[in-house]
Amino acid sequence: MDLIRINNVKKQYKNGVTAINNLNLSIKKGDFVFIIGGSGSGKSTLIKMLYREEKPTLGEIIVGGVNVAKLRNRKVYVLRRKLGIVFQDYRLLPKQNVYENVAFALEIIGAKKEEIRRKTLKAIEMVGLKSKIHNYPDQLSGGEQQRVAIARAIVNNPKLLICDEPTGNLDPERSKEIMDILEAINKEMGTTIIMATHDKDIVNRMKKRVVALKDGRLVKDVEKGGYCSEAI
Amino acid sequence: MKLFRMLRRHIRDAFKSVFRNFSLSVASITCITITLIIVGLSIIASLNLKNFTTEIEEDVTMIVFLDADTTEEQISTLTVEINSIPNVEEVKFKSKNTSKNEMMQESDFFKETMSTWGEGDNPLKDSFQVKVKDIEKIADTAEEIRDMDKVSVVNYGEEMVNNLISAFSMIQKVAIIMVVALIVVTIFLIINTIKLTIFSRKREISIMRLVGASNVSIKIPFLIEGLILGFIGSIIPIVVIIYGYTALYNHLGGVVYSNLITLIQPEPFVYIASLIILGIGMLVGMVGSAGAVRKYLKV
Repeated sequence: MDLIRINNVKKQYKNGVTAINNLNLSIKKGDFVFIIGGSGSGKSTLIKMLYREEKPTLGEIIVGGVNVAKLRNRKVYVLRRKLGIVFQDYRLLPKQNVYENVAFALEIIGAKKEEIRRKTLKAIEMVGLKSKIHNYPDQLSGGEQQRVAIARAIVNNPKLLICDEPTGNLDPERSKEIMDILEAINKEMGTTIIMATHDKDIVNRMKKRVVALKDGRLVKDVEKGGYCSEAI
Repeated sequence: MKLFRMLRRHIRDAFKSVFRNFSLSVASITCITITLIIVGLSIIASLNLKNFTTEIEEDVTMIVFLDADTTEEQISTLTVEINSIPNVEEVKFKSKNTSKNEMMQESDFFKETMSTWGEGDNPLKDSFQVKVKDIEKIADTAEEIRDMDKVSVVNYGEEMVNNLISAFSMIQKVAIIMVVALIVVTIFLIINTIKLTIFSRKREISIMRLVGASNVSIKIPFLIEGLILGFIGSIIPIVVIIYGYTALYNHLGGVVYSNLITLIQPEPFVYIASLIILGIGMLVGMVGSAGAVRKYLKV
């Protein structure tokens, strides 16, 4: 069973720009997929449609059995609780410390205090930040902040982890740390990971499925692929 | 169970956020405090204005003089008749002898002249003092009494009373409009301040949405936060009202300039005014927060 099915999707913004054109794609459970493409290729739009920040103009997107296109604004949280999202700019709550930031994802679904404590500590341990549990985001380095964001994204045991350029603001060494964590999550927890990136080295090193977009169209989709410069 | 757990968390988060966004909270609270003090003062002023104008209006008395040859029997019939007019509040009979004695006490000149008057040759007339319920209908009531048998003159100072009525109703209307306008301005001012403070937390709200918080669970902590800000912002205005008004009342001895203008007793008046202020503060804080958050729940 596919975790994500994208059928004949077209996305046209109100200003007339067509970001995605006639896209078909399916992603299996447990996959690790890179989405690559240059600026304006539509990869950000695709990622945004997966967590319903944008709605497709035509076609349907099914994520974990939820038809994203038909999801009403008030009900978006139903989808978002099934997935974890990691952004380039971390998006941590600035006034909450590491523990609170991670625990937040569990508190909003009304989990019991004991359960929150156990799962939060486990997620923080997984990203290796146990010693900074009481620090606030502005007291952490970029790499550490991103690890907090990953802990928050996986604390709920989501089936799908969506990463939008998670290493975009980090140096190669920190990027590698982040990728190691993501790979561990993919292997140990069986979480499906979709990652948009334009970091050539990471894609070439990881040998995962690569989906390349250009001008809103799918131009390449290979298992264990590398970064293709012709797509850019 | 889960509901209580969530509610407890929302309340905790609201308190936390009041303290962690301290400077923004102080800005909102200051705005609420200052505007509520002004609203409180205007409420006190307008209620006092209304109070003393009604008191003066209630003091207006109509004097009904009777013909000199009116018998005791006719007097009691007239008492009943006047009392039966719907607009009449109270009727008091004053015999000509009572009038004479009262006048004699007023000045030595009257005393000297009137002391020669005996029971039979008192030229004064028996009279009724009539108080009306609705002063605006006093002219009609006077007309009705004037038409009765044995009534010689009805006097209520037409010119003065008419001016008084129109002036007072104008003053009361202006006062009410001022207070309502002030409250509306306050509401907008407070809502705007809270909107500004929440604008700076737009990102926070969008993150909550992205992590999977439902709109309701985002809104409730902000709502409670608004309630807390409104509550804290009402404290100083309430203290100002309770102590300030009581002190003013005691200092002036309950009257302004003359006995004509009396102030409302501080108790329980100040407590009622305080409750109104608290209600406005908390309600506006809550509504302001909820309204401002709604704008950012569309990511």
